[in-house]
This record gives sequence, C-alpha cells and structure tokens, in this order.
Amino acid sequence: MQPRTARVLSAVVCLALAAAAGCSRKQSSSLTLAGSTAFQPFAEQLAEKFMQENPGTRVTVQGGGSIVGLQALQQGAADIAMADLLALPEDILNAFSHCVVARDGLALIVHPDNPVSSVTLQQAQGIFTGEIVSWKAVGGTDSRIDVVSREEGSGTRRSFEELVLKGKPLTKSALFQDSNGTIREAVATNPNAIGYISIGFLDARVKALKLDGIDPSNENVIGKRYPLSRPIFLVHRTPPSPCAERFIQYVLSKEGQAIIKEKGLIPVSSQ
Amino acid sequence: MKMPEWLIRRVLFLTAFSSLAILALIALFILKEGFPVLTSVGPGRFLLGKTWLPGNNLYGILPFIIGSLWVTAGALAIGVPLGLACAICLVEFVPRTVSRFLKPTIELLAGIPSVVYGFIGVVILTPWIRSTFGGPGFSLLAGALVLGVMILPTIISISMDAFQALPPSYREGSIALGATRWQTVHLVLLPGARSGILAAVILGMGRAVGETMAVIMVAGNAVKMPRTILDPARTLTSNIALEMSYAMGMHRHALFATAVVLLFFVLVLNVIAGFLIRRAND
Amino acid sequence: MTEQRFRLPPRTTQALVQILLYLACGVAIFILAFVIIFILKNGLPVVTWRFLTGPVVDMGKAGGIFPSIVGTVFITGLALCIATPLGVGSAIYLTEYTRPTRITRFIRFGVECLAGVPSIIFGLFGFVFFVVTLRLGWSILSGGLSLAAMLLPTIIRTSEEAIKAVPVSYREVSYCLGTTRWQTVVHSVLPSALPGILTGIILSIGRSVGETAVLIFTAGSAIQTPTSLMQSARTMSVHFYLLAREGISMQMAYGTAAILVISILIINIISYGLMHRFISRRTR
Repeated sequence: MQPRTARVLSAVVCLALAAAAGCSRKQSSSLTLAGSTAFQPFAEQLAEKFMQENPGTRVTVQGGGSIVGLQALQQGAADIAMADLLALPEDILNAFSHCVVARDGLALIVHPDNPVSSVTLQQAQGIFTGEIVSWKAVGGTDSRIDVVSREEGSGTRRSFEELVLKGKPLTKSALFQDSNGTIREAVATNPNAIGYISIGFLDARVKALKLDGIDPSNENVIGKRYPLSRPIFLVHRTPPSPCAERFIQYVLSKEGQAIIKEKGLIPVSSQ
Repeated sequence: MKMPEWLIRRVLFLTAFSSLAILALIALFILKEGFPVLTSVGPGRFLLGKTWLPGNNLYGILPFIIGSLWVTAGALAIGVPLGLACAICLVEFVPRTVSRFLKPTIELLAGIPSVVYGFIGVVILTPWIRSTFGGPGFSLLAGALVLGVMILPTIISISMDAFQALPPSYREGSIALGATRWQTVHLVLLPGARSGILAAVILGMGRAVGETMAVIMVAGNAVKMPRTILDPARTLTSNIALEMSYAMGMHRHALFATAVVLLFFVLVLNVIAGFLIRRAND
Repeated sequence: MTEQRFRLPPRTTQALVQILLYLACGVAIFILAFVIIFILKNGLPVVTWRFLTGPVVDMGKAGGIFPSIVGTVFITGLALCIATPLGVGSAIYLTEYTRPTRITRFIRFGVECLAGVPSIIFGLFGFVFFVVTLRLGWSILSGGLSLAAMLLPTIIRTSEEAIKAVPVSYREVSYCLGTTRWQTVVHSVLPSALPGILTGIILSIGRSVGETAVLIFTAGSAIQTPTSLMQSARTMSVHFYLLAREGISMQMAYGTAAILVISILIINIISYGLMHRFISRRTR
C-alpha cells in the first residue's frame, strides 16, 4: 500500500493501543451494577446523584436482564446485581446477600377508548386464563379480547401469575411483548387489548383499570389496598466492597428512596 | 515496504484462520450450551412438540419452526423480487447520476436499528393490518412485511454490485446481436451475475432469520401454532431473544438448542437457495 | 416440428417489463423513503446543539446524547478496524491463495450459515468470552470484538464475491509482467474489487451502528462519556433501545434515531466519495 496510508494506519493503531493501555487501570472506587432492565433507568438516576455527592467514584449501570446480572455477580464482572425476580434462586440466596430496595406496582391497562374501567380480581383472572373471551362479559363492547403478556420467566410475569392467575395457566392465545414500553405501545394501538405494566409506566396513552374498584397507584399499594406489587432486589457479595456498601446505603436512605418514589417506583418503608 | 511472498501468505492464512476460529468458537459455544436438551428432552419431543411451557418443563418448538418458516418465506417473497427488480432498474434502466445518489441512501437503511423498524411497525403497520384484514394485527404477515423491508437494502445493494461488476462486453455483445435491453438482462446479465445475486439473497436471508427486535414487536409472539398468516406467531429467533434474559437451567439450555436448530435452518435454506439459483439459470 | 408458442414480440416484453421494474423499484424506494422521513419527522424537532453535545440527564428524558455519539464512534470504529482486515484478508486468502476444494466450499458454507445467527447469541458469546473469561469487563473493547465477529460473515462473503468477479485476464496480464501474487492482488485485483468490498463494509457499518443486542451484553450501557477503550459505553442505537422499550421518552428516542440516520448517511457519502476519488486517481 502507499506509504502515506501505511503511516496513517500505524498512527491510528498506536493511538488505539495507547488509549487502551493508558486507561486500563481501574479507578480506586468504581462500582458496576448489572441486571434488571426495568430497574436500570432508576439505578442510573440514583447513580447520577450518588456520583454528585461522592466525586471520584464511578458508578456504571448495565442491563442484560436479571439472570445476566446475577451471572455477572457470580463471575466477578459486577459488584451489585439488580434483580426483579419474584424470588431469588437457591444458589444465589446461599452465596450472596440481598436486600429489597423498592417495590414495583403492577397495573392492568386497556386502550383509552375502552368503556371498561374496573374489573374484579375474578374477572381479571378469567380474562387472562381465556375463560372470558369477549369484552361484553365485563361490561364492554362486543369484541374479542386480545390478551398481551410478558414473556415467561420475567419478574413482572411471575408476580402477575402469582397474584392474579393464582396457579391457573395463561391463555394459549396470548400475545407477548418483552418490556413495559412495548406492552404499553401494543395496548395503546389496539382497542381490544389488555395488558399489564409497572405502575411507574402509566401514561396518557393507556387507561389503567381499577381492580375491585381500587385505583392502581403507588399510594394504594403502600396502603395495602391494591394487591399487585413485587420486590426489586439488590444482590451483593458478603461483605460488600466499601463502595458498594455506600451505594446501597444511599439507595436505602431518605434521599435515595425519595428519588425512587419520585420516578414512579414504590419506596420500601423500612430503613 | 516489500514483504517476502511467503510471509504474506502466512499472514493471510492467519487472518483467515482467526476469522474462522472465532466463528467456529461461536458455533461450539451454541452447541455446548444447547447439548443438555438432547439428553433430557430428546430431539423428537423438542422438534415436534407443540407445547412450549418451560414452567411445566415442556419444550416443544414446532410452532416456532412453523413461524420462522412462514416469516422467512414471506420476507423473501417480498424482499427478493422487489430488491432484484430495484437493483436491475437502478443499474440498467436509470441514469447513473440518479443511481449513484440512491445507492448510499438505500444502504443507509441497513443501519437503522431494528427497534426503530419495530416501532414503526407497531405504530403504523399492525393497526393497518388489523383494520384491513382483521385479527389482532400482530401477525405473521406483519413480521414478514417488516422483515421484507429490512432485507431490501442488503439485497438491492449486493445485487447492484453483482450487475455493475459484469464486464461491459457482456452488454455490448448482446446489444450487438440485436437483443432488447430486457433480453440482455434476463438472458445474459442475470446468469452472469448469478453468483453475486446468490450471495445477496443468502446474506439477506441470514439477516431475516437472525433479526429479533423488529419481529418480536410486531409478530405477536403467541406460543400457539399459527394457522393463518393473520395469526400471531413466534419465530425461533424471537423465542430466544424473548426469554433469554430470565432463563435459568434447562430453560436456558433449551433456548440455546433453539439456536442450534436455527443454524440448521439457515443451512438448509442456503442449500435450497443455491440449488434453486443454479437451476434457474441452466 | 415444435409447435409455435404464443410469444410477444421482444419490444413489447421489454416495454411491459420496464414498466413492472420501474413500479417495483418505485415501491421499494417509496417504502425506504417513508421510513427515513418518519424518523426525521419525529426526531428532528428535538435535535438542538445541546442535544448533540450535552450529557444524558434524567434517564434520558432531557439533556443530550453526546456520550452515545462518542460511544458509537469508538465501538463502530473498533469493530470495523478489526473486522475489515480480518474479513478482507480471509477473502483474499480463500480466493487467491487456495484452490477451490471441498474444504473451501465447506468453509464458505459455514461462514454463510453464521450470517444467520441471531445477534443475541453473539451478545451472549461476547459476554461469556470477552467480558467474563478474558476479564475485559463491559467495555468498548468487548463490544468492538463481539461486533467484529458478527460482521465477519458479511465482509468475507461480499469481499469474496467482489474478488471473484474480477476477470481472470487481469491476473494473467499481471503475472505476464512478472509480478508476485501479492503484487497482483494489491495492484490489479483489489482496485477492481474495491466497489464490492466497500459495499460489504458499508453494509457492515450500517449494521454495527444499528446493533443493540450484541452491545448491551458486551459494551454495556453506561451513561457517561467514555474516555478509554476499557470503559463501558452506549451507542445511539442502545440509547434508542433503552429509551423506547422502557418507555422513557419516545421524543428523545426518535431524536437519537434521526441523528443516527444522518450520521450513517454522511459516512456512506464520504466513503463513496473517497472511493470514487481513489479509483479515478488510479485510472488517470
């Protein structure tokens, strides 16, 4: 190749290597969280504020899902795992410590034009198991019900199964989406659809159904009037690194819990 | 900088070897993770089972195989004719200045994240299907349409290259014999560009099969066996992407085994494509 | 005697086919234009100078996307720097330096099949191999390497096709002049094959900029602007993915997509411009 190209290429390669080598030393206090994509935005918020109050620390939040987060914790790639499972797996419980840092309420949602505003728990169960197939049966128009659910294994789905389905199987004709945002989108564009998302994700594009007359709101969850909610765990090594310890303390502190509350999750009442 | 020939040969061999080594590693990774399914579920029940319910230890992926077949066939049925026609048009019939500007613009679309295509699909395509054809809108049809559009840039681009790489003597000779432009295209140029078109189709097909986000968002992902093109369905790829973030134990192995099945799927498709294209021009 | 089949005169077929082709072409271009316009229409309103240069604020609801722009440049650049030499080198070796045997056909086949592997698998592979086993952690390096692996099949295949399309006579003339194989490749074969190779690279650029699944597991999704290859970073695509799927802000998501579209367009135009200059300089 021409001499000039060769020189440019070698310069680029040298720069790249220098960049890699020079900064590969880990900062004295750095923290990596990994896991639940649902909790990730909230963790990022908390990390941002935490870093403002603790300059010199670098907190990185990764996603990948709860299982990847737990794997990363086991392999040493992450310091704290964020898990939104209903219950942690056996081997994790034995090898690591965990604490609940927030709760996440679940709301049933339908299209804004749907005349139905409230269902009983029985009716909800009937709809999602496929016993009730027409909106007419619950006071709506005479049209087919399109059930939208989260994928098998997801924390939201497991909580839903435990709290609403109570052991009965989900209908075989259910549609699936794999995140709060996409379920919301699917329900917002389909007048016949019903789905479930985190209370923190409710917005004007969908209508939240009352359950037995109770509004799905974080206050009602705290007041134990609204039953659908699930825990968010932070899992860490025993004992945690000093940086991890400080971060978890921050999340559980008044300030951290205030951020959690402000952004749409439910703070845990214990300190 | 003059390097001895033998050194260059070694270096090139090394590059080829490392590329293939990485790809082989990935194949091995998938095989290793998926292997336990062979012993505990068994290939028969896995491939022909109609029920996928990991919570109850049921791992039948037949509905997803059918889903993948339909969606890929649909995507190719849309992408290949449209793409080839577009490529021929742009190379042979449209003035060069226009095609010179259009080619990079078309290739641009290969870079749009599939999530974006997915969202456009959910916001515009599925409501349209629901109001025009009925059904929930989230369907095999939606998946096929979105995928077809997504592979268009690959097919158009590589086919255009295949045509442009043909020596001008092909065209000149054909015209000299009195052929019309279309006769030139389908009797001389298409056979000549056959190999490149095959590459375009296969790479497009590979992209179609490996696509996850967009299909997940518009195809509905039902576990039930789809009966019509308007039914919601799940492809092999969607199944993997959908459940991988929460899968543990045998569930996880089953998902990797699905990836193995996918590899075979692509293999078979490639063989068929190669066979068809070679036959079509004999 | 063979019976006479009804055949349209060639000129009529030509006219008919031409109409069909233009129609198909028009449909294809219309759809593609629609996608671009949809993105730009929804996204451009959000794009301001602060959007381009500011940090991510409030989970992405406000602020800018500068960290993801930097992340995209680093990760895509790294992936291409690795995949292009490896891919083109492999293609050269497979076509010029080996005879077409069963083995090469098997290899080509294997490469094509891997083009169909879902990106999430590449992501998981990258996580297990680069992030965990090689202890690179969530980093631009892990992401670039995993992405490079994903781009290899496309680059190898398109380069191979481009090189094979170069007429044998080019090589024969070159050998007649007494050059070595490598000189032939560099001075006769590659320049002619360059447009095809470049297509493969450009398609790969597009693919890597648009990739999300691979990078989430390997480069991660750190919100800060990266300052070294060993740090985690998010690309514009990952940023869109997270904003849209967790429903944080569709507005900002489309803004990111709009910038993405414009960046790819610029890269493509520059690449083609450079290539045309290069070719015209050689043929002068």
